[in-house]
Amino acid sequence: MRIDAIDQRGVYSPLRRFMKLILRDKAGLFGVILFLLIVLIAIFAPQISPHDPLQQNLRLSRQPPAWQAGGTWEYPLGTDNLGRDMLSRIIYGTRVSLTVGFLGVLIASTLGLVLGMLAGYMGGRTDSFIMWITNLFLAVPYLLLVVVVASILGRSLLNVILIFGFTNAPLFVRITRGEVLRIRKSGYVESAISLGASQGRILFDHILPNLIGPLLTVATFEMSGMIFYEAGLGFLGLSVPPNIPSWGNMLSAGRQYIQFSPWIAAYPGLAIVFTSLSMNLLGDWLRDVLDPKIRRSA
Amino acid sequence: MNSNVNSNKNDKPILEVRDLHVRFDTVDGVIYAVNGVSFDLYPGETLGVVGESGSGKSVTMMSLLRLIPEPPGRIVSGTARFRSREDDLDLLQLNMRQRAKIRGNRIGFIFQDPMSSLNPLITIGEQIKESLERHTKWRGPEARQRVVELLEHVGIPDPDARYGNYPHQFSGGMRQRVMIAIAIACDPDIIIADEPTTALDVTVQAQIVDLTRRLSEELGIAVIWISHDLGVVAGIAERVMVMYGGTVVETGVVDDLYAHPRHPYTVGLLGALPKLHENVPELVNISGTPPSLFAAPSRCPFEPRCPWAFKTCRERRPALESVQRDGHFSACWYDMEKDKPREVRR
Amino acid sequence: MSTTQPYVSVRNLKQHFPITRGVIISRKVGAVRAVDDISFDIPAGETLGLVGESGCGKSTTGRSILRLYEPTAGTVMIGNTDITTLSPEALREKRSEMQMIFQDSYSSLNPRHSVAKIVAEPLVIRGERDQGKLRRRVEELLDLVGLEPDHMKRFPHEFSGGQRQRIGIARALALNPKFVVCDEPISALDVAIQAQVVNLLVRLQKDLGLTYLFIAHDLSMVRHISHRIAVMYLGRIMELATYDELFRNPLHPYTQSLMSAVPIPEPKVEKSRTRLLLEGDVPSPSRPPRGCVFSTRCPFATDRCRQEIPQPRELTSGHFIACHNVDDPEVSPRINESRIAIVQSLEDASTGGPDRTFAMATGAAAPGAAAPGES
Repeated sequence: MRIDAIDQRGVYSPLRRFMKLILRDKAGLFGVILFLLIVLIAIFAPQISPHDPLQQNLRLSRQPPAWQAGGTWEYPLGTDNLGRDMLSRIIYGTRVSLTVGFLGVLIASTLGLVLGMLAGYMGGRTDSFIMWITNLFLAVPYLLLVVVVASILGRSLLNVILIFGFTNAPLFVRITRGEVLRIRKSGYVESAISLGASQGRILFDHILPNLIGPLLTVATFEMSGMIFYEAGLGFLGLSVPPNIPSWGNMLSAGRQYIQFSPWIAAYPGLAIVFTSLSMNLLGDWLRDVLDPKIRRSA
Repeated sequence: MNSNVNSNKNDKPILEVRDLHVRFDTVDGVIYAVNGVSFDLYPGETLGVVGESGSGKSVTMMSLLRLIPEPPGRIVSGTARFRSREDDLDLLQLNMRQRAKIRGNRIGFIFQDPMSSLNPLITIGEQIKESLERHTKWRGPEARQRVVELLEHVGIPDPDARYGNYPHQFSGGMRQRVMIAIAIACDPDIIIADEPTTALDVTVQAQIVDLTRRLSEELGIAVIWISHDLGVVAGIAERVMVMYGGTVVETGVVDDLYAHPRHPYTVGLLGALPKLHENVPELVNISGTPPSLFAAPSRCPFEPRCPWAFKTCRERRPALESVQRDGHFSACWYDMEKDKPREVRR
Repeated sequence: MSTTQPYVSVRNLKQHFPITRGVIISRKVGAVRAVDDISFDIPAGETLGLVGESGCGKSTTGRSILRLYEPTAGTVMIGNTDITTLSPEALREKRSEMQMIFQDSYSSLNPRHSVAKIVAEPLVIRGERDQGKLRRRVEELLDLVGLEPDHMKRFPHEFSGGQRQRIGIARALALNPKFVVCDEPISALDVAIQAQVVNLLVRLQKDLGLTYLFIAHDLSMVRHISHRIAVMYLGRIMELATYDELFRNPLHPYTQSLMSAVPIPEPKVEKSRTRLLLEGDVPSPSRPPRGCVFSTRCPFATDRCRQEIPQPRELTSGHFIACHNVDDPEVSPRINESRIAIVQSLEDASTGGPDRTFAMATGAAAPGAAAPGES
């Protein structure tokens, strides 16, 4: 008995399909491009910054952006109250934000993946214990934790990253656990058991690869959230030390000049908005693209 | 296409669909779901629509009241003339408000999965009452009384008590009865039933088929019964329309079509069916796979799988033509009646 | 129960799932009796069809027999080994002899694995690492189930339902099993594709000497593939007989109602045939009725049915039935009357049938026609 190959007439080539998939979601495409641009800016900050972000020049303090009266193209986005170049500071601020986002999510997702897989796969007491700890963690207001840690250990980038990593882990634990429970009941895990597969094989060959997609999507959203909150903490003076150019710090510094020199607060604010936006769009886009089953839906 | 034989010979069709084309734009390509479908539905008759998944049977019917998602779906062309006591209009030209007045009122629907059409947070009775109040003059306690009557009518025991129950308190078969009650609540002219018994057990399926047949006769409602099961259709339909690759390949009166199938696909389908009543050594294999829906049909869609296929089949698409049996049409270049290729005028 | 040495022998199998309450200290408050005391044999190389409606425990039976669930009680002998007592390691070893084909071909194939990886998985689990050998075996298996070698690199979502089911079959056959549980393998497929898959399963059984437990809700397809058929209701077997005997002589009222409900593609017969329509719904398996589980819906039920559980007994050679009334002098005439009417309408149907078949095309076809079907 022989059956024909699948009738593929008229089906788009993988490349065209991929292009369709990308172009279909215009907002997603915008998010992807914006995100890549932001990452490039962070990496090449020293090369593209017109000035040293820490270079003070009080004579040039609070110079408006180039297109306003009194502005020069020497300082395209103007200067802050200490005469530092706004553009360069925003460019360097990207580094702080992305570092916090990337590393924070890395810690949170790694913790979440390990604990979530344990809880979901082992079940029983292990599950109860992990979920109990997780819920306990969720109940602690993170702002309080930040204030306490910052006052004990001092303000540092590492502290912020660690706090974000740990406070966000419960979310990843829950999502991983839920996915593991779902995948464990799936037909392909059942069939692997019926084939005599070992526990390790089921966990690492069947469950783990199917976790990546959903987790990556959540990670993107979480990263956006962390960048947002880092800026918030910076604004409250609880994040990185004030000598490091971060968007939150800049926002905080610009607050008192908002009436006469609004650009000092406005441009870091815009940077936060666009970064956050790009990641949310990216997350939506990833959800679609990573799903191997997305088919016959446009 | 003129059907000579139908239950009400002198009536005009209540629904006349002509040359309907529906496409879906997807990331995998353009799906040519419905490619020039025409059919008539007469008042009070039951039309069985048979085909495998992807044959376009559901999309055809759902397109009539724009129940397909648009986009990606797109009704490219066609007309659907709906002619009842009050109305005479083209369903495909209606605006949203006009459609809402027809949907659930003049044309009722029953879907495969009743749970997805019922709101889990509202009692069954209130849901039927809501539909009733939207489309008819029934109000308040009178409407409630009417709902109880409807529930009784579709065979739900103790309808007064069941009025206040939620969907999850009903079994699958009972939920489908509720859906039927909703469908008939406004005394519609047509009911479109899309695989309503596919998810049910055979014993429950038999009950639902019996109920639908009884209601259709009592209330004079025309029914379009979409199914992949030739057995179920045999029990309920007066006329049958067989679909393949987004086209109608054969249509006829049920007894005639089952006894004298004239399209190779129908012949294969009847042979592939396991028989409860006789033991055959091997079921007929319709070899190959269904046609790609991503390409516009230019030849006969069944040609690659057809044992009768010859040169013309690969070159031109056949249209529905009478097979010299009353009301029986087939879209095939091979004349089974004479057992030779049809004369083709170039 | 059978004259020849059975390959699979199930005795008093019970599969109860506890219903628990409480989060911290959970306690058992009841049990779902999914499978309740069933026994049957399957001779080597034969197929037992297991039929029943949703929730009757047929799929659970299949899984318990392969110990995908831990059976509550009973023994399952597969090729002289009682698999209910095997250690986890021995069980994993034994799994190469017994395999399963799943209903949902979509979810039973890992969406992120290629066909090659899926079909080779059982071999890899057994320690085969030689890529060349794996490749050759996968090609061989794909060929066996009618797929092309170049399908290897593709992923499950690129296939149609019938083709995915073939991938599942290829995987199940990779280790040369002797016993395969087919859990509704065709229920989700289109009619024409169902026939393809069933014909494939029948051919594989002949070629490879497989023993099948074929689970289905559809009596007509089961009739086609099975040597013997067991009818299940609410966790118990109601009737078991050879397919010929069962269809000529359906004695249990439930078998009769099931048989009378299966649609027949003969319009005249289908519209007028005698049906034994059941009232009400299937009771919950967590609170099965006292006495006979079918008694709440059986049109012939007596007081005795509502009190006393009927044990399966061999009424005539090879025909087992669990019903008090089949030889009860008061009730049996009525059951018999119903049986005659139902069997009669099946016989009426067999006189009809379409006047054209694919076989006719072979001789009559014009030059260049494709060969009909295949074998």
